[in-house]
Amino acid sequence: MTPPRTEGNGGGFPLRTGNSFEVQSPHKVKSPTPKVRSDFPFYSAILGVSGIYLLLILGMLVADVWYTSTNVSVREISSILRNEYIRSSVRLTLVTCTVTAILSILVAVPTGYLLSRYQFRGKTLIDAVLDIPIVLPPLVVGLSLLLLFNKMPPWGPSFEKMLGGNFTYNVPAVILSQFTVACAFAVRTMRNTFDQISPRAEQVALTLGCNRGRAFCFIVVPEAWRGISTAGTLAWTRAMGEFGPILVFAGAIRGKTEVLSSSVFLEVSVGNLEGAVVVSLMMVTIAIIVLVAVRMWDKGSREDFYHD
Amino acid sequence: MIRLEKLHVRAGDFCLSDISLEIPKGQYGVLMGKTGSGKTTVLEAICGLKEVLSGKVFFDGYDVTHARAGARGIDFVPQDTTLFSTMTVQGHLSFGPSIQRWSRKEIAERVEELADCLGIRSLLKRKPYGLSGGERQRVSLGRALAVRPQILCLDEPLSALDEDTQGEMRDLIRRMVRENDITTLHITHSRAEAEEMADCIFRLEDGSLKQ
Repeated sequence: MTPPRTEGNGGGFPLRTGNSFEVQSPHKVKSPTPKVRSDFPFYSAILGVSGIYLLLILGMLVADVWYTSTNVSVREISSILRNEYIRSSVRLTLVTCTVTAILSILVAVPTGYLLSRYQFRGKTLIDAVLDIPIVLPPLVVGLSLLLLFNKMPPWGPSFEKMLGGNFTYNVPAVILSQFTVACAFAVRTMRNTFDQISPRAEQVALTLGCNRGRAFCFIVVPEAWRGISTAGTLAWTRAMGEFGPILVFAGAIRGKTEVLSSSVFLEVSVGNLEGAVVVSLMMVTIAIIVLVAVRMWDKGSREDFYHD
Repeated sequence: MIRLEKLHVRAGDFCLSDISLEIPKGQYGVLMGKTGSGKTTVLEAICGLKEVLSGKVFFDGYDVTHARAGARGIDFVPQDTTLFSTMTVQGHLSFGPSIQRWSRKEIAERVEELADCLGIRSLLKRKPYGLSGGERQRVSLGRALAVRPQILCLDEPLSALDEDTQGEMRDLIRRMVRENDITTLHITHSRAEAEEMADCIFRLEDGSLKQ
């Protein structure tokens, strides 16, 4: 890391002489190179603090890999990977996370745009409500979904009955559990994205004959594309890590509503730590593949963005 | 012709009131004022991008006070050019005509014509990233002129350019608006720029307009 170059002191700036600051005119500067204290403590502090956190993250991954390599044989790994329940869990995870990410984008793009561009009464309240899924304990999100679908509305049949009784403890409940939390993160990301895009470009499009919808589709969406891909990735990986709401609202039913996070829980609950660790490593691998794939695709589109 | 009658608009935390001006058809009007005096707000109200609290805006005798921005036949070259970052220069020139559903042949001819007039033929396949200030300004001007507007609004079009490029752009803008008989409102804080380009000069001071 190269520290920023220290410029010589300009005329009229406070110069440190001894223990006091005094303003000197350019003609009265005593030393052309005023003494500036070392930047070493600053760089040590920022590198030290960020390094400790990085070590924690890498340490967790190393622990998983080390435990697996010393306690689980290749044959055991292969038998876990061929286990029918684990395979079905991988399939369900890939499908539900993808559906959740798509739904989250479809909701987050218009919601983020609304919050970023318009001022209206109750906006602060709506903004706070949209953060509720992020701040609520995961089990409470699951319990609330369970109550909403099975005890509401207070009159007439419940939503669960209206939907034919196939929602709670079924795959749609897995998706809704993931979506409820993942979408809140996607909304935050999209709002930040739109905040950083100047409304001027849309206004120019409006004067050229676009209505709001066309200006949004032709100008705003292409400019926000990187934010949309980030929000989608965040929603996908967030959905894969979701467990609390799924456990309460969809259950961890082997081969039916079992996703990878539930598999870890089920393996640990029957004392199969090896199985749990192998599934965890699969989740880490899938998350890394998704992140790297999106970054590479994003890099490609950025180069395309700068050049032709 | 642009005519404002006792226009009243909110500009941030203050109001502009009693703004009246008239720029005859084909003339070049310059609106001067200090930074923060509300010049851009007047321009936004004329373009239909800012709500008018009271007063009227007329273009060629038609009341457009409450008309939508795209229905006014006015085009806008914003400060700092604001190009569409994901679109090629050619895309910028053809954007307005394609939104207004011109035929492909008409669009292609118009793009060719503008690329020659503005001297940006070699940039047609490029995206805004990496274009110089003068090139960006030409593209922004081309995007606005593509749909053959009757009225053009320019917000500080020369302020970000070096002196040589300023001179070139000044000549180019004057030539393009004269050739196409466009009524123009140009905003600037530079007296020299205003005196050199304007047929009529208006000054915005303390929230009201002086000619």
